[in-house]
Amino acid sequence: MLAHLPILQVIVPLMAAPLCLFLTRPRLVWLFTLIASGLAFLISCILLQQVMTTGTVIYELGGWDAPWGIEYRIDQLSAFLLLIISAISTVVLFAAHTSIRQEIPADRHTLFYVLYLLCLAGMLGIVATGDAFNVFVFLEISSLSTYALIALGKDRRALWASYQYLIMGTIGATFILIGIGLMYQMTGTLNMDDLSRRLPEVAQTRTVFTAFAFVIVGICLKLAMFPLHLWLPNAYAYAPSIVTAFLAATATKVAIYLLIRFTFSVFGLSFSFTHLPLQILFLVLGLLGIFVASTAAIYQTNIKHLFAYSSIAQIGYMIVGFSVSTVAGLTATLLHLFNHALMKGALFLALGAVMYRIGSVQLNHFQGLGRQMPLTMAAIVIGGLSLIGVPLTVGFVSKWYLVLAVIENGWWPVAVLILLGSLLAIVYVWRIVEIAYFKPALAGTETIKEAPLSFLIPVWILVLANIYFGVDTRLSVQVAQAASQSLFGLSP
Amino acid sequence: MAFLVGVAFAIVWMKDLLAVIMLLGIYGLLSASFFVAMDAVDVAFTEASVGAGISTLLMLVAIALTGRAEHPARHKPLLALAVVIFTGSLLIYGTLDMPYFGLAEAPIHQHVAPRYINDSMQEIGVPNIVTSVLASYRAFDTFGEAVVIFTAGMGVLALLSVARRREDDAKIDLLNIPMHEQHLIPRIVIKMLIPFILLFAFYVQFHGDFGPGGGFQAGVIFAAAIFLYTMLFGMSTAHRVINQSFIQMLAATGVLLYGSVGVVSLLNGKEFFDYSALSADPVGGQHLGILLIELGVGITVASTMVIIFFNFADRKEYPQRKKD
Repeated sequence: MLAHLPILQVIVPLMAAPLCLFLTRPRLVWLFTLIASGLAFLISCILLQQVMTTGTVIYELGGWDAPWGIEYRIDQLSAFLLLIISAISTVVLFAAHTSIRQEIPADRHTLFYVLYLLCLAGMLGIVATGDAFNVFVFLEISSLSTYALIALGKDRRALWASYQYLIMGTIGATFILIGIGLMYQMTGTLNMDDLSRRLPEVAQTRTVFTAFAFVIVGICLKLAMFPLHLWLPNAYAYAPSIVTAFLAATATKVAIYLLIRFTFSVFGLSFSFTHLPLQILFLVLGLLGIFVASTAAIYQTNIKHLFAYSSIAQIGYMIVGFSVSTVAGLTATLLHLFNHALMKGALFLALGAVMYRIGSVQLNHFQGLGRQMPLTMAAIVIGGLSLIGVPLTVGFVSKWYLVLAVIENGWWPVAVLILLGSLLAIVYVWRIVEIAYFKPALAGTETIKEAPLSFLIPVWILVLANIYFGVDTRLSVQVAQAASQSLFGLSP
Repeated sequence: MAFLVGVAFAIVWMKDLLAVIMLLGIYGLLSASFFVAMDAVDVAFTEASVGAGISTLLMLVAIALTGRAEHPARHKPLLALAVVIFTGSLLIYGTLDMPYFGLAEAPIHQHVAPRYINDSMQEIGVPNIVTSVLASYRAFDTFGEAVVIFTAGMGVLALLSVARRREDDAKIDLLNIPMHEQHLIPRIVIKMLIPFILLFAFYVQFHGDFGPGGGFQAGVIFAAAIFLYTMLFGMSTAHRVINQSFIQMLAATGVLLYGSVGVVSLLNGKEFFDYSALSADPVGGQHLGILLIELGVGITVASTMVIIFFNFADRKEYPQRKKD
């Protein structure tokens, strides 16, 4: 069975989704979903182990060899992403049963889990595959289920948010499809590995240039990179809490993965960074993203909005690391990918707990919560500290590596700007702390209790992970370094 | 082509949504004939059944819900226009270096395709090469597509489904009687046609190996027959025939059927979707595998279309009650 792990990784959640419809009791469906996601997590652990010891794992679907059939190709980068996605999904699911009882009507619970599993399977599929068209198919699965999940939010505005995302997301996906189509026309293959070998021959043609432009713009739409981020805040703010926690920690990460995969593996480093002024473009947009989104975050009154803008800013950091285009820069991006998933998972899940208890995440409703829900608020504070990049948290580790990478390239001003960006994070995190701890509780809210254990346990798992990986960086740094070295074609 | 461009402009200019939908249907049909002219018969068939057929029907139901007039735009979308023009010109710029259409030396005809054309008969034993690429070489993509459709159905269910009550049914029946008598002639004609449409769907389903056709198109045609029936005989009659939760299970069964073909080959120690594991004779296994997965696709597509249609239509007939 060990040889079949790559496909099982995707197939387990994918097949579990329709099976959910046959289980009638919501609690049973939840358990089933949890088991499926847990299995996926287990598989991803073994896969990462396998990849780190023996190198890239290749799996030929249908027994057809690569350019004719579809192959799954799992290298360090994919294995790393698979681990992040399935781990976050499993942890978040622990709280799902409690959370959605309040936020989603009872007759939709089964459908919620079906869509959740489909979304998970879609993202895993994107990461695991080595075929450009297969990426598009799974992108559609994950996007369609995401739109529906967001629209399930209690607030009526969730529908509008989801619609906005649907339009933007579909444009993005279509752009990617056009790009893939053009690539196919020029090379006659859809396999990524094969593409990377055949593209250089035709690299000078305008068609390949156009394909590259379309793919990059399409991915950046999905990524919510700075000027194309408009769909993200509302989508995150009005989605059900569980969905926000899951998406914020994984969806944009998958888009970053695609960006790295297409620029580094498919088009190749020399093409990607010479044909377009990609480096300077991404650097400027990344930095702008950090500042504009962080400033916007300061003025938000809805905490989910606040952290959504902060997500856009964090994407900015990853883009900056990407634009450095050295091994160190890419390592920093990958590290931040991992660390940001931990932070945002913890923060949005803790917000889910607040939502469960007080039914709102407006800033002024947080008054006095520091005493009423001490454990939840402590989790938010630690998550916030991690977001700022305080030592002993994961946020520090990735910012440290990012600043080092930038300085190594001699970009001093950029390093200063990154540190200034962290100052903005202090401001928006402080606003929450101030209101939660230093304002008296609102009248009539004395009865608010600490969140139930089904929330506290997953939230604190993530918070402790934030601290653990902030101190013991062996696993994350080692994998990130190995992945970026192999992307640059150096053997680790 | 000129027709295509003309219709596209007309769609943008029209304010009446009903007319727009009709034009979209025409657009679908035109592009289908365009595909035929380019020798892509399978694509044309899909476009004709999906683009011109089922999506027109679905949009008709949608405007029955929303009303047919378009809201006048409040602002001049100049920025959007600029972006669109830029994208369009980039696309045209990209075509400048493309190999000429039909050029035998073009990369698409040189790299992967020759093996599909030369060897698929021995390897899979299915005369329609499109089917063997779709259902065997790239079976996993097709599985993904089936799941996409399933996802869409689940999404619609999650967002639009309304609980029905028995007394509502009775009330609507009363309302429907006079309306149905007006449509006497179409009803009789449709009643005669439906068995043939269903039969044609089955033909398309199982003939995919030899000519254009397969699960996707068959499922859509099958669903279209049910739509027609529902439109003329009313929702409640249709609900008596087709049970909502049954059809959900059916959609799931389709996906599971497809997937379990893969699982069976896994259990036999072969790669996922390696159909040669299904029977002692590899080519026979391919046949069986393709038949089963096409059936899975057909079931999923048909039942998902019915789910989507019913939920749209239910929204109209049972105005939503306030829940929270």
